Amino acid sequence: MLTYILKRFVQLVPVLFGITLACFFLLRALPGDPATLLLGARGGAEEIAAMKQRLGLDLPLWRQYLLFLHDILSGSLGRSVVYGQPVISLVLERLPATLWLVAYSTVIAVVLTIPLALWSAVKRDRAPDILVKLVFTVLLAIPSFWLGLVLVVILAIWVPLFPTSGYGAGLFSRLHHLTLPAFVIALATASLTIRSLRSGILNVLGSDYVTTARAKGNATGRTMRVHVLPNALISSISVLGAHTSWVIGGTVVIETVFALPGLGSLFVESIFARDYPMIQGLTIVFAVLVVLINLATDIAYALADPRIRLD
Amino acid sequence: MGKRRLDPTLLVGLVMLLLLALLVGLGQVWTPHDPFLVDYGNTLQPPSTKHWLGTDDLGRDVASRVMAGGLVDLRVALICVIAPALLGIAIGALAGFVGGRVDTVIMRITDIFWAFPFHVLVIAIVGVLGPGEANLYLAFLLVNWISFARITRGEVLVLRELEYVQAARSFGSTDSRIITAHILPNAVTPAIVYAMADVVLTILAVTSLSFLGLGIQPPTPEWGLMIADGRQFMFDAWWIATAPGLAIIYTGVTFALIGEGLDTALRPKG
Repeated sequence: MLTYILKRFVQLVPVLFGITLACFFLLRALPGDPATLLLGARGGAEEIAAMKQRLGLDLPLWRQYLLFLHDILSGSLGRSVVYGQPVISLVLERLPATLWLVAYSTVIAVVLTIPLALWSAVKRDRAPDILVKLVFTVLLAIPSFWLGLVLVVILAIWVPLFPTSGYGAGLFSRLHHLTLPAFVIALATASLTIRSLRSGILNVLGSDYVTTARAKGNATGRTMRVHVLPNALISSISVLGAHTSWVIGGTVVIETVFALPGLGSLFVESIFARDYPMIQGLTIVFAVLVVLINLATDIAYALADPRIRLD
Repeated sequence: MGKRRLDPTLLVGLVMLLLLALLVGLGQVWTPHDPFLVDYGNTLQPPSTKHWLGTDDLGRDVASRVMAGGLVDLRVALICVIAPALLGIAIGALAGFVGGRVDTVIMRITDIFWAFPFHVLVIAIVGVLGPGEANLYLAFLLVNWISFARITRGEVLVLRELEYVQAARSFGSTDSRIITAHILPNAVTPAIVYAMADVVLTILAVTSLSFLGLGIQPPTPEWGLMIADGRQFMFDAWWIATAPGLAIIYTGVTFALIGEGLDTALRPKG
């Protein structure tokens, strides 16, 4: 197992390198001109040239990339044009809110996904299955920013159960503040994960060992408890892992709607402020978050499932 | 060849699509009121017989704006799926058919793109390019092809080993003929099914971008923008943001049902 984990960490290196390359070329090779965008209509030719120099945009592309790598390897991720601080210090300041939101919405998504997927699979093609499918088809199509606004009106203004925005201090207050935004992200996630887990469970239900357990005369309840449920729980790890990127992407819009001081709202603010180094740094941070969470779920999956030994 | 019954889910989806197309199409030639007409004497009016879905903060008719705004969202969502789908299918077919190093390189590229959250990448690209419809197309083209490439590659890998393809090869068919005549027609089915689900996700992404101010720009009537406009009036005039939200959900459900129905109808039985 240790070899597997070590191997996965070594494999991380080329992926992270690839992420820096992709981020750099996607954002620099595009026709947009950040210096002109940053200065807007006010910028004269000289000011634009000065800004280009300040951002390092006057250098040849390969040197720009080396500087970019240098910023990353030195740990600063570049310097924000707007805040005048290293990107990393702002990232560290805003990271906790996003991690709270991701963790909380994942917990809610799991709580929704496992029972509903089991129910759906066991009652395949009958009323409960069709109902779950229908409800979550509609939920998938709901824009999360709109649902966020609607829930604020209903559950924060009409019936003031939850705060309309903000982050809170202390565990209880924080969970209280994050419930609505986490719930919105969890619903969107669950509409994807319930479906995947349902088909995973259907595979288990059709597998030889479940047929054997049934043939041995095990009661349905025991078969479910001993054979189906543990496997369903294990596959839910990988199902959720596969949707990490979806959850993290969802935080960007939801943090803006609920005015949460996380990476997502910082990202949107940076776009409007044309804070180019910040946009670049945050894009990398988001990708690294996804890669690390995926790695963690892969390792958890390998630990939980005795059949997986990939060394 | 028995008579094929149309899958009920597909049928419902197609009927909903027809209705949507009629309303949006009608919105281009006729709406109950002028969707651009500002009327300060008539702002924030609740739904009534004159204004079915009420009026917004500038006194514009919400129903007319929802009808007129559908075209932009549908156009952007469809182009932002179809163009990357074609690109992705071509790249995926190439990777799967040629194999070897070409395949490895293409797959590593998609692995790396896979690490970026979809919204983050699109927002970053639009942020660098600036908002606007044309930039949305470019951003989605750069991001959306990945899934199609991966799906198509997987299919081609399976198909190229099948007997009928081997047979065509032994008869001396050229590579390009094998791809276009034997492999692609069968390999694109999962991509088509996925495209329908992708339309749902893309409509959500496009309206989110407009909501944030990074997509379609005012005064164009567009659903995401209308929700952003209605946001500050959620409590006094809930109808401004509610109507376009429901329109997005209706559109999403329509394409989700079509995707689901196509999946059932096109999947080989057995």
